[in-house]
Amino acid sequence: MASSPPAIPDQNDPAVRAAQEDRLRAVWAAPRGLFFKWTDTNNNAVGIWYTVTAFGMMLFAGVLALIMRAQLAIPNNDLVSASTYNQLFTLHGSMMMFLFAVPIFEAVSVLLLPQLLGARDLPFPRLSAFGYWSFLIGGVFVAGSIFFGAAPDGGWFMYPPLSTEPALAGIGADIWMLGLTFIEVSSIAAAVELIVGVLKCRPPGMRLNLMPLYAWYILVVAVMILFAFPPLIAGDLLFELERLLDWPFFDASRGGDPILWQHLFWIFGHPEVYIIFLPSIAIIAMVVPTFARRHLLGYPWIVLAAVGTGFLSFGLWVHHMFAVGLPRISIGFFSAASEAVAIPTGVQIFVFIATIWAGSMIWSTPMLYAAGALVVFVIGGLTGVMVANAPFDWQAHDTYFVVAHLHYVLIGGMLFPLFAGLYYYWPLVTGKKLSDRLGHIAFWPMFVGVHLAFFPMHISGLMGMPRRVYTYPAGLGISTLNLLSTIGAFLFAAGVAAIVIDLLLSPRRPRVPRNVWNAGTLEWLAVPKTQDEDWGVRSIPLIESRYPLWDQPDFVRKVDEGRFYLPDAEEGKRELMITTVLDAKPLQIARIGGPSVVPMLAAVTLGGVFILTTFHLYWPALASGVAALGVILWWLATGTGIHPEKAEKPAGLGLTLPLYSSGPNSSGWWAMFITMIGDATAFFSLIFSYFYYWTIHPQFPPNPGPGLAGPGPFWSMVALALILAGWALTIAAREANARGRVALARLALLIGAAATSAGTVASLLGPWSSGLDPKLHVYPAIVWLLAMWVAAHAAIGVIMQIFTLGCSLAGRMTPAYDGDVRNIAVYHHFLALTAVVTFVVIGFFPGLT
Amino acid sequence: MIHNLIQRAQQRAATLWALIAPPTIWALHFLFCYIYAAVRCAKGGPLQSLSDVRVGIAIATVVALLLVGISGFVAWAQTQLEGDPPPHQESTYEDQHRFLATSKLLLAGLSFVAIVYTAIPAFMFADCR
Repeated sequence: MASSPPAIPDQNDPAVRAAQEDRLRAVWAAPRGLFFKWTDTNNNAVGIWYTVTAFGMMLFAGVLALIMRAQLAIPNNDLVSASTYNQLFTLHGSMMMFLFAVPIFEAVSVLLLPQLLGARDLPFPRLSAFGYWSFLIGGVFVAGSIFFGAAPDGGWFMYPPLSTEPALAGIGADIWMLGLTFIEVSSIAAAVELIVGVLKCRPPGMRLNLMPLYAWYILVVAVMILFAFPPLIAGDLLFELERLLDWPFFDASRGGDPILWQHLFWIFGHPEVYIIFLPSIAIIAMVVPTFARRHLLGYPWIVLAAVGTGFLSFGLWVHHMFAVGLPRISIGFFSAASEAVAIPTGVQIFVFIATIWAGSMIWSTPMLYAAGALVVFVIGGLTGVMVANAPFDWQAHDTYFVVAHLHYVLIGGMLFPLFAGLYYYWPLVTGKKLSDRLGHIAFWPMFVGVHLAFFPMHISGLMGMPRRVYTYPAGLGISTLNLLSTIGAFLFAAGVAAIVIDLLLSPRRPRVPRNVWNAGTLEWLAVPKTQDEDWGVRSIPLIESRYPLWDQPDFVRKVDEGRFYLPDAEEGKRELMITTVLDAKPLQIARIGGPSVVPMLAAVTLGGVFILTTFHLYWPALASGVAALGVILWWLATGTGIHPEKAEKPAGLGLTLPLYSSGPNSSGWWAMFITMIGDATAFFSLIFSYFYYWTIHPQFPPNPGPGLAGPGPFWSMVALALILAGWALTIAAREANARGRVALARLALLIGAAATSAGTVASLLGPWSSGLDPKLHVYPAIVWLLAMWVAAHAAIGVIMQIFTLGCSLAGRMTPAYDGDVRNIAVYHHFLALTAVVTFVVIGFFPGLT
Repeated sequence: MIHNLIQRAQQRAATLWALIAPPTIWALHFLFCYIYAAVRCAKGGPLQSLSDVRVGIAIATVVALLLVGISGFVAWAQTQLEGDPPPHQESTYEDQHRFLATSKLLLAGLSFVAIVYTAIPAFMFADCR
């Protein structure tokens, strides 16, 4: 970082500022036109589409619940058939979880996180757009299935063997697996985006101890997604291989085990509860200080709560399986962790109460919803402590008691905070306030409705009413309770309808001033759109406080007059500031992608793979996959690794920053690293499955007979040696390139690609040459799957090596601009790890047993 | 000697990796206990005695508590650095360091309790029923 040349713009001159604003406006202008406006990638646009779509999914899934409650209002009702009822509850649960709760957190974060960090956008705006389009396509596919009577009907956790047996579960099970796997992929994309956003795109001066609490929560949640979603993706893979190809992973008659699915599902499913709870509680952490008119008390305690909950939530999954018949000592461990997680969860509630107590409270509609949230959530938390006790759970398991518990937790812990956020942040996004009167009118029916609908379920559950029954006979003493629940559900829905009316009336209301709540955090710098000013902040501020709008003198004026960093867009490029992870020291000015049709095309073609596979159209699915690969390569070639026209530029305040960086300084390297952590988690879920089968069988692998003999050490070691050679040559290419030996680097990449290609083939030759038959028994199936996993990853590694070689030949990769080879080296590190573990396990483990 | 240890602890860098060390120790201890007992029970059937598992878990628990204790001690020592009372909300290296130390100390406390919780079942159940 050298000191800047003298041509510093005079921010005191209004003409200079106006010219800067014109340039910024032009650079950040949204695309226009009937089609082209949907190619926008700016977080303001994508975040709004995302939020509206997820909200729509919630309303749809809510209507499904109302139909269920209408069916259960009276005994022996025949409003819907048993089969339709099965589809209703499965789709209600699946949609609320996968198409509302998780996406709305991603949506709100895409919309708000850049504002909270004083950034102009997220580091990979096209990835956000890709995530949105994937969500829309997958969501419409899954939700639409009910109109064809083809919705999944095995419950939202899809337990085999009910859902793997084609005679019992129709195409709905495939729609669930493939449609939602596609959405899980987009969630991982969002996690990558948000982690890099929080760690690398904070404004200068915003050290870790000054981060808005929302960012802390989002960081924790995004990391949780990386460890929680991949086990489910691995489970989905096993599940679909069983349904489509008859590989018996969950079929007990051929060595499989349906309990394995429960493990993989709940390793995802329990952290999932906290993945949707923490971002919502994060909204409360932003709302409470504003209306308590003071800093949040106990900032480190919130960090304790977020990080502690993030960890402990991974030790709870078996509490969904207490009734399976596991050894009691295993149940005991999970019961203990389930009790322990109440500690950090409770801590944050006390932090909020203490802040309200210590401050001078201003009552407002967002606070009303926040307070309602705490009340409802605490009741759900207390019944949670009850069902964490295994003996009590054995009584309550699969009854309406659990339905009551989970709805109290999710409505109090997720929905009400979200509505608090809706009333709080609506003026930020639209410039209009929602009506306080309608807000109150909506709140009370919802608040009363929640208790009326769900409190009686505790009692009907304890009286023995099981979940998922489409009707019940009269005379069991549960008729009145069910009628009350139905009335409560419709009362709740009336409240939601009032909110929808409030939203629809909003365009007719007058504009409100900027920062209408007089809040102290950075997002309130935003000027709600008066014109097309999608630039985020006028200049990227230097942060000295947790509440800069309250504490830093003249802060807003200085930001608006461009007196901080990057007040201009001289070169007509969209620019972000990249800073260091801990202390937010400026590192680089990154150029990011603008509007493009590529994210949409990538989502359509990749979605095609999943959707066509559902209907067993394998050739069109393959064609769609090839198209997806082409689109992604086109995306990489045209949208990434672009050489800046100069090495560095002044960033403002006398600071000059480079325009290019590679390796751990760059955002792209981090994105690759984080993605591969998720990928490795999926891989280790498969390895877990291998050893799980070993634990449940007296002898695993089984005695070698025809189709059952393992691949043996020879081919395993050949494949391993080839893949490790490809890895070493990739590293050699990176090092040679960095030292200016470009020809040597190209040669290393070429030979490396040949070695990795040969490794791909050799990976499959092991199980192929020993004649393993994956339909015969679970052992051949899991060995084939592991070998195929490595082969597929090695094939992608080859594509990367060839792509990088092409970049070098095209002059895009040079010793100075070496991001491509550094990024693929990260991929090859993980590939090498995958290959070592796989081939040692499948090659040598059978010999040990 | 204690004084010396405190000084050495205070000189250690406070990073995000250090912050998550205590709950990571909890996670490893938890996985060890669960996998050890689950494998033993899956292989031995419901009447399998857990006496060796209980010894293993006792050792693992002592080790994990020691490690969390050390981690917590380092964090505590760092919070005792002079010259900067809480709240640590300035954009300075000192405040960032104290904040990370405080958060890590809290996490060490939580992890300590959670490890004790995890160990309790091992002393309640003598076999795999």
